[in-house]
Amino acid sequence: MEFAAEKYEAVIGLEVHTHLLTRSKLFCGCAAGFGAGPNENVCPVCMGMPGVLPVLNRHAVELAIRMGLAAHCSISGYSIFDRKSYFYPDLPKGYQISQYETPLCKGGHIDIATKAGTRRVRLVRIHMEEDAGKNIHQDGTSLVDFNRSGVPLVEIVSEPDIRSAEEAGAYLRELRNILRYTGASEGRMEEGNFRCDVNVSVRLRGATEFGTKTEIKNLNSFRFVEKAIAYEVARQIETLQAGGRIPQETHLWDPDREETRPMRSKEFANDYRYFPEPDLPPLRVPAELIERIRAAMPELPADRRARFVRDFALSDYEAALLTEEREVADYFEAMLAAGLGNRKTAANWVMTEVLRVVNETGAPLAEAVPPAAETGRLLKMVEDATLSLNAAKTAFAAMCKSGKTAAATVGDLGLVQVSDEGAIAAACDKVIESEAGNVAEYRAGRDKLFGFFVGKVMKAMGGKANPKVVNEILRRKLADQIASGGSP
Amino acid sequence: MVRRRCYDLATMAENKISVDQVRHVARLARLELSSAEEQSLQADLSAILSYVDKLNQLDTTAVEPTTQVGEAGTPMREDEVTNRPAPEEMLANAPAREGHLFRVPKIIE
Amino acid sequence: MELCRLTIGEARDLLARREISAVELTRACLDRIAELERRLNAFITVCAREAIAQAEVADKRLDQGGAPALCGIPLAIKDIYDTRGVRTTCASKILEKFVPPHDATSIAKLRAAGAVFVGKANMDEFAMGSSTENSAFGPTCNPYDLQRVAGGSSGGSAAAVAADECLAALGTDTGGSIREPASFCGVVGIKPTYSRVSRYGVIAYASSLDQVGPFAKTVRDGAIVLRELAGVDPLDSTCSARPVPDYERALTGDIKGMRIGVPREYFVEGMQPEVERAVRAALRQYETMGARTVEISLPHTDYAIAAYYLIATAEASANLARYDGIRYGLRVPADNNIELYNRTRDRGFGAEVKRRIMLGTFALSAGYYDAYYLKAQKVRTLIRRDFEGAFETCDIIATPTAPTTAFKIGEKTSDPLQMYLSDIFTISVNLAGLPGLSMPCGYDANGLPIGLQIVGAPFGEEAILRAADAYERSGAIARRPPAI
Repeated sequence: MEFAAEKYEAVIGLEVHTHLLTRSKLFCGCAAGFGAGPNENVCPVCMGMPGVLPVLNRHAVELAIRMGLAAHCSISGYSIFDRKSYFYPDLPKGYQISQYETPLCKGGHIDIATKAGTRRVRLVRIHMEEDAGKNIHQDGTSLVDFNRSGVPLVEIVSEPDIRSAEEAGAYLRELRNILRYTGASEGRMEEGNFRCDVNVSVRLRGATEFGTKTEIKNLNSFRFVEKAIAYEVARQIETLQAGGRIPQETHLWDPDREETRPMRSKEFANDYRYFPEPDLPPLRVPAELIERIRAAMPELPADRRARFVRDFALSDYEAALLTEEREVADYFEAMLAAGLGNRKTAANWVMTEVLRVVNETGAPLAEAVPPAAETGRLLKMVEDATLSLNAAKTAFAAMCKSGKTAAATVGDLGLVQVSDEGAIAAACDKVIESEAGNVAEYRAGRDKLFGFFVGKVMKAMGGKANPKVVNEILRRKLADQIASGGSP
Repeated sequence: MVRRRCYDLATMAENKISVDQVRHVARLARLELSSAEEQSLQADLSAILSYVDKLNQLDTTAVEPTTQVGEAGTPMREDEVTNRPAPEEMLANAPAREGHLFRVPKIIE
Repeated sequence: MELCRLTIGEARDLLARREISAVELTRACLDRIAELERRLNAFITVCAREAIAQAEVADKRLDQGGAPALCGIPLAIKDIYDTRGVRTTCASKILEKFVPPHDATSIAKLRAAGAVFVGKANMDEFAMGSSTENSAFGPTCNPYDLQRVAGGSSGGSAAAVAADECLAALGTDTGGSIREPASFCGVVGIKPTYSRVSRYGVIAYASSLDQVGPFAKTVRDGAIVLRELAGVDPLDSTCSARPVPDYERALTGDIKGMRIGVPREYFVEGMQPEVERAVRAALRQYETMGARTVEISLPHTDYAIAAYYLIATAEASANLARYDGIRYGLRVPADNNIELYNRTRDRGFGAEVKRRIMLGTFALSAGYYDAYYLKAQKVRTLIRRDFEGAFETCDIIATPTAPTTAFKIGEKTSDPLQMYLSDIFTISVNLAGLPGLSMPCGYDANGLPIGLQIVGAPFGEEAILRAADAYERSGAIARRPPAI
């Protein structure tokens, strides 16, 4: 099987639909958010009642442009909307207002990190369209809710530049990241506001023509996208190896059995009968507007990663981890603003302590951990040697639960580190005195015992001694003893 | 004054659309036609399509299509929620409902 | 004289002086409706109770003084306008019980102007027709001859005004549906420039052609109503933001030097000789009033009907896809959603509607889009250019409104194409989006009205209204109300 797999390469293209983060719908003043009771966020327009007309949401256009700029697309100064006709209970007008021949954004690319380095996935287009409502299936009947009907969508179509399931996952993650960074979208697949259809085909390596593609739908997590691609690639290779052909089909992903199955074949391929939407004038986007949006763009993930590497001397890996979620990167930078000198420590702290709490509690960052400034102050104490790293961890855990400040928590728990050389020296003396036998063995060459002595001193000081100072003083004293030779 | 005929009956005789095509179009339009309707629509549509064939007398290769006759400009609305929930009103005309949901028979592809 | 025979111009003075009350005026119209409806069938729904209630409110405002322009004026509303709380059927079985939860913008504006709605007027189903014979509620008869059609698709509105069942009415015009029935019923019918009046709440037939407009007994009345309707609407993206002139002010009576274009292509074989004679007489009358006639050519006239029936039906096929039995309207019992659509739409739509949906669907379908829909839109450009060229040498264009006077009920129903061809003079005006009106310019030997059409340049309503008003006031033709 692996031998066969080497002969072939997978050719994958992805189509992503995502909701734009607007307050109201694309063509009417209904709320676009979720959580309302059925058919509460509807009006005659988004319900397709007789006589209604669409009016375009300005902010949706700006978000779509932002998305296009972030993906390096060229923004069309003149694009039109089209009617895409088909009958389905969740489509109230019997047509969807979309864009066909003249999408708002053309071309573009998304760069992804792969094992082989950075790869560029080109985009075909990004266009705007309205979403349909939702069907809820019951036995023998269906119920329709139009709350989602009319919510603004962008459709992002990639060229078939992706070559593996892993690359597809990387592409989706970067795309989602860009969407979140630009504020264009939430990108939560599980909540249904980030949907992905996959086109998969295979061909012999070195071939220039494409094989027949299978379209896979019903994927609602990145993991399932990767699994479905892997499954489908394997299936196609196996079929071709056995001398079979791949018919052009649409498959549904079955998440329980983790396989793809062909959809019940439709009698006719859909003839959408696209024609220009007569109720909407052409969308004219002046160059000044595009420039204004470009100038106001938030820093994009790739740029932020590069800046973290350059300015904070972080590794590529660290930078990638910290910038994966915009709010995490924001948190990190806010921590540094508390005056921390050691970026590495801060980075590590975020990657370990902060993210751990977030993952464990499942709560949003803002609720799970203390404000970035407070965490920054906590780590400043470590930098100032007021606090040991371990004590900081204890304090942090307490702060997450209590919501108190760093200073208050450290005070309450009595975690302040002791660096007083006199106190430490006295403790060292006591330990050396009571461990005479071990001291002799240390002097005889058993260096490993040093850690044992450190531990004893720390215990005697209730764990609050500054380890560095302990090390220094203990080493000196033990050396002194050696130098002075013989027992006291 | 130049006198002109409105139309030329001679071209009407051809069958411009077959019964199969009529059935296909009826499926696209979700109209369940009786066979009598299929026949009469085939005749009517053939006659009309023969008539509209006259457009091919005109050379339009260099002509842009008109999709709108309104004025230029793209009116847009601000992103504000201006509608209040009113599910009872929106469902008042529902032929079948369950609570605030529209009920439809089983959905097949 | 009976109050229902008043014009708006006359009634508003009497109402303002409180010589008559709005309730009296509305009652007079309702009585007239009750007297005539069995014979005329101009209304699908008569709103007697609501009308009296509106009239009572109007009287209170009139008592206070400073009442709005149409306060207390009874109007008929073509049943294509969404009227909140009042059944709106579009003359179709598929909407027989539909009650809209909102008003069309035009309705809201008329309400704000204080108008009274006496009822929802009959029409061709979904505005598809030229005779009001395609209504699911029976045809409307011509008040001048009950054996003849009132025209369409706004036949009910035209007949109601002609028969004095109301003082004015609202119609819509997509290919001539205000002008042609106005011509057949001997009243004034105005189709403004496309985008002059909001289409929000007007049940859509062909989105790039539909336009709202009034029927009235005089040009001045029409101008008064149009002034209340026109203007920008944030609910309609295609509606123009141009300021609305005071159309009544434009009726100065002065048309000296106005150049009237007369297109040679509009005087064709097959036209009723009396129609041609009456229109030419009107043109001579214009010349005695100081206007000049100029021969012009609109060379692509012959192609307008073909282009229209591809564009309008294509748009309609999509506009009517929402009638699926799910959220409102007729639902025929079915086991699954496909059956639901097929049966509901087959039983709910009449034959002409089905024909146009089929034609439009075909014109957009894969493989045929370029040859039919796209081709038609290109020819539309040529037709627009014809008019642009013509308006360089003239200020308005005058033509007959229809090739004949009102034909007999049933005369053209067996041949759809025959029916389509009666739109020949009005249809180009919709394709080009221009303003046009029809007014009576004579009567044939059977006493049937003949209509003169006046077409203007884009947003040239003032010019066509001024010209029409001047002709009307010249006394060349005295309006002969129907004997009914």
